[in-house]
Formats: sequence, structure tokens, C-alpha cells
Amino acid sequence: MYIIVIGGSRVGYYLTKALLDEGHEVLIIEKNAAFCNTIKEEMGSVCVRGDGCEAATLEEVGTGRADMLVAVTGDDEDNLVACQVAKHKFNVPRTIARIRNPQNEALFKKLGIDVTVSTTDIILEYIEKEVPTHPLTHLLTLSEQDLEIVEIRIPPAAATVNKSVKELPLPKDSKLALVISRDRKPRIPTPNTVLREGDQIVALTSPESEKKLRAALTGI
Amino acid sequence: MKIIIMGCGRVGAQLAGLLDADGHTVTVLDNDAYSFRRLAPTFGGTALFGNGIDEEALKKSGIEEADVFVSMTQGDNRNVMAAQIAKHIFNVPRVICRIYDPLRQELYDTLGLEAFSPTTIFAHLVQEKIEG
Repeated sequence: MYIIVIGGSRVGYYLTKALLDEGHEVLIIEKNAAFCNTIKEEMGSVCVRGDGCEAATLEEVGTGRADMLVAVTGDDEDNLVACQVAKHKFNVPRTIARIRNPQNEALFKKLGIDVTVSTTDIILEYIEKEVPTHPLTHLLTLSEQDLEIVEIRIPPAAATVNKSVKELPLPKDSKLALVISRDRKPRIPTPNTVLREGDQIVALTSPESEKKLRAALTGI
Repeated sequence: MKIIIMGCGRVGAQLAGLLDADGHTVTVLDNDAYSFRRLAPTFGGTALFGNGIDEEALKKSGIEEADVFVSMTQGDNRNVMAAQIAKHIFNVPRVICRIYDPLRQELYDTLGLEAFSPTTIFAHLVQEKIEG
């Protein structure tokens, strides 16, 4: 595949290295001359100096035959414009934008960007996992179905300890998939399953019901 | 009319003054409070500190009731993004966007933004002056 990467700072640099290793044809467009030179010295002639949002630059590097364009600069607006120019002027089949403000995800989708990667959300998720007091962790987002898979840990002395699943006011669009207890095998919960302190519950929910689900399971 | 101008540079500040004098309700948005010094002392509208590509800041500026949104910052991409937020998220009836790069201006024009390029306009203006 011919892949164009906009932005040659850290993310663009390592992304290009990985894509080259996989055998793709990759080209970075980077404004900064010093970054450009470093990339050329280390990876060969895979970098063109220029503004990846400018149609003239994209024309020069043969964007018309690109299979994918990935915009990973540090500015959301630049990533948006690079992807839009690629999509609408050069008909690039797949455009991917990095976003820093998680709110921009909806806008970018609406404006036709195929995939958005919110680095802020990803970092938050990883930190959430490492904070033991945080009862809810995001495991996976199924964006097409507008669902997410989350893990909820029953905290000590929670109001729901020793209650059975049928007693809990679970939101309609949330489903409990698995209960993992410390000293028992993982099991699929039934209405009669009783929650215990420290249980980990894997559940499927819509993003809107996430807070209600957490409240129903932990009382917090 | 209720008009929001994003970017209080020379053009933004002057436009704000003109529209305010004509009796419109004008709000100027800029992410550098120092740029509000450009507003004339007679300016009777609102100067609001905030980032025009942030939905929260736009809501604070009253974009939900605005009739016109104008993006006038130095950055073409910021202008394009703010204009698209105004048009597609907040459904502002009229959105006007400054894009210096003529190629980008043409593209966004075809995508339905009312975009103009000062570069092209000024080049033609000077050409006319020279050639009479």
C-alpha cells in the first residue's frame, strides 16, 4: 500500500518506521526542516518538506494514487484539513486523523474522516486501568454499534455486595457478560448470581448508560 | 442580526466596529485577550476570550442563536475547522470563512463553505490598479 503520513514528529516518525517494516510504501510530509533531515538520515528518502494541508504539496507527492493518508500532527485543525483535502481533492479511499480534543471525534466523523484516533482518550484509558480506586475501566469500544465493553470492580463495602443481579436497577441497554471472582472460576451471571466484594464484572453497554451501570453495580 | 466574529486581528476588529455601528449584536472571540486592544473605544459589542475551535467556547459566545459566523484568524485551518463546526454542528444560517491559500479556498468553496481568499482578491486589486 502507498501510505502518506502528515507530520513527522514522534508519532509520525515511529508510525512510519512500523509501516516501512511491514513493507508498505510510506512518505512523510513534514514542515520542519530539521525533523525532515533526521528522518532522511535514518530512513532514507521517505520525507518531503512541506505543508501537508496544501493541495499543491499533496499533488507533488502523488496523493492521487495513495491508498491511505494518516494525519498525526499535534494540531487537530491541521489533521482535519489534511484529511479533507486528501479525501475531496484526491479521492484517497481511507483517511485517518489523530485528535487531541476528544470532543472533536463527532465533528470529524460528520465531516467524512474515516477513522479518528483520540490520543487523549487512549492515555486516559490506560491511566484509569492503573488507578485501583477507579471502579470502571473501558476495555473496548465498538463504535459502529455505539457500544462499549467495560470492566467494573465491586469495591469493598459497596451497597451492592451480597445482592443478586435481579435486585440491581441495571439500565436496559447494558448486559452483564462475565463475573470474575477472586477464588472462583469466571462465570456467566444469571439473575440469581450474588455479587461479592472484589468481583470483576465485564459488561456491554451504550456509552450513555455507562454511569447508570456503574451506579447500579457499585452504588457509587 | 446576531454576528460572531472569531479572531480579533486588524480585519476582525475593524469588521466588528463596522457591524456594531450598523446596529448589529456583535461578539468577538479571540484566544489572546491582548488582541482586544484593537477594538475601537466606541465598540459596544462583546469581546470574549476563548478558543474558536472548542465547542464549549463557541456555546458561550452564543453561537446557538447566531445568524452569522465569520472566521478571521491568522490560521487557514483554524478558520476552516471553526467554520465547519458553526455550519455542521450549530447550523448557523450563514458562515463566512477567510482562507489565505487560494487552492484550499477553492476546495472548501466546492464543499459548501462561503470562503474567500484575501490573497486572490488583493492580487487582482493590485493588478487592476497597475493595468488601469
